[in-house]
Amino acid sequence: MTRGKPWAWIVFGLGALYFLLPLIATVDFSLRIRRGTYSLDAYLNVLADPRFQQTFSYSIFIGLTTILVGIFIVLPAAYYVRLRLPQLRPLVEFVTLLPLIIPAIILVFGYVRLYSSSSWLPLLGWQVGGQYVGGPILLTFAYVALGLPYMYRAIDTGLRTIDVQTLTEAATILGASQLTILAQVILPNIVVAVLSGAFLTLAIVIGEFTIASLLNQQVFGVYMQNVGANRAFEPAALAVISFVITWGAMGMIQLLARFAPKTARKE
Amino acid sequence: MAAPVPSGAALPFWRRIRTGLSGGMLTALLGIAPFVAFAILFLILPTLGLIVQAFIGPDGGFTLQNIVDLSEPQIVSSFSISLRISAASAAIGAVVGLLIALAIIRGKLPDSIRSTVMTFSGVASNFAGIPLAFAFLSTLGRLGLVTVILKTVFGIDIYRSGFNLLSFWGLTITYLYFQIPLMVLIIAPAIDGLKKEWSEAAATLGATPFQFWRYIGLPVLWPNLLGTLSLLFANAFGAIATAYALTGSSLNIVPILLYAQIRGDVLQNPGLGAALALGMIVITALANVIYLVIRARAERWLK
Repeated sequence: MTRGKPWAWIVFGLGALYFLLPLIATVDFSLRIRRGTYSLDAYLNVLADPRFQQTFSYSIFIGLTTILVGIFIVLPAAYYVRLRLPQLRPLVEFVTLLPLIIPAIILVFGYVRLYSSSSWLPLLGWQVGGQYVGGPILLTFAYVALGLPYMYRAIDTGLRTIDVQTLTEAATILGASQLTILAQVILPNIVVAVLSGAFLTLAIVIGEFTIASLLNQQVFGVYMQNVGANRAFEPAALAVISFVITWGAMGMIQLLARFAPKTARKE
Repeated sequence: MAAPVPSGAALPFWRRIRTGLSGGMLTALLGIAPFVAFAILFLILPTLGLIVQAFIGPDGGFTLQNIVDLSEPQIVSSFSISLRISAASAAIGAVVGLLIALAIIRGKLPDSIRSTVMTFSGVASNFAGIPLAFAFLSTLGRLGLVTVILKTVFGIDIYRSGFNLLSFWGLTITYLYFQIPLMVLIIAPAIDGLKKEWSEAAATLGATPFQFWRYIGLPVLWPNLLGTLSLLFANAFGAIATAYALTGSSLNIVPILLYAQIRGDVLQNPGLGAALALGMIVITALANVIYLVIRARAERWLK
């Protein structure tokens, strides 16, 4: 049984103070909407607000779309780089790091300029049946970009733990097409890794503000900012809700890690 | 999808292609096509477009005027405050994060504390943006819990003594909430890589713990520390949502100025907006390149 060195306890204690105080303060503040007594009214106000329900479900919808599009883009790329194009690996890895290098606000600024209604590819003003679909589409691709570093790493790590070569050969001999192999052989084998990438993506995009607000998309992050500018206690309640969501997504990843295969394939 | 089959009659040929290199190559290229298209359309072209526009004048010709115009006082001061906040939050975040990582790994704290800290770091490093601003308003805002307790219990009025959440220090303290955990997450594996034998060997030779860290521990960790420092710097430099929710546009950091520019062309010059973006790209790209280069070198030591 280790007892721990005194200096380590002091550092840990001070760190805990800094990280727990804001959480305690936020919870405390969120309960004080009625003078002199604790109540859950701030939470009830938020949950009952139709704008909360709309923006939150819209954010979930965009988040899920982002994950599906992200898998569609990343899985084949990571698979073929591993199977047939290893010489492209450094380039592909560099591209997946770009979203960490280019700040989100630069990315969306680029979109606004490149895809504005007066440009050669006016994605932003694209309408289908009188509905502006350009904004949601650009938002989804921007979020795919935000999640790309994490999605690629998660899927690549998953592929490393299975024998891609043998699985592919076996499935090919049995007459499976490449699409079947990807969807029915490879994907099920790395579903845990894919899911952990998915939850991380969800945690990142669910409260995102900058990109959505510049694309005029009414998402949860934009709603939170509006509430923050106009109310006193509801923002604290929203912060607590967000923290719980982030914690939930991270908790799911930890939980999934227990099911992930630990052994790497023999090189 | 398999490589396209021209017709049924070409089956023997197709068989050959399928096992051969070229057929597999074609499928592979088709497979990475969505990734390539995505990277070009939504990462590379938008960024390159801005970089090009930074050098285009109102008449459509090449100019350096936009870059020169970055010396406007408003823009210089926004770069200055952004650089200072990013540097301060990166430096403090790196030191505190290192201490916490050392405490949980080398300080013989119980394993349960270590795993709790790592999990919490994963959450806190992703807890940024608007909600983080709300949390700190509840803590250190004018009516925040800590502000009120300091005033009523200890008689210290931090706002009267000059503190303001909507300031350099306010924003730095807030950014530390995601900077410190990020540091812990990145540096912990490096500290794990410091072999026990090294400190035992040093102790056998009569080295004090201070001497061990001064001559062995820190030099080995140094590249990692520098690299992570530049990553933290870039992380803070590009952040906007927290500052926007905290300060509106009263604290003029670069991303907020750029945000206002995208919203309503406040600089009265689209080229200048692009130049502002170019400035941000150069700074974050530099910081990240430093990180990647140093990291690649550091990994040799920690195998």
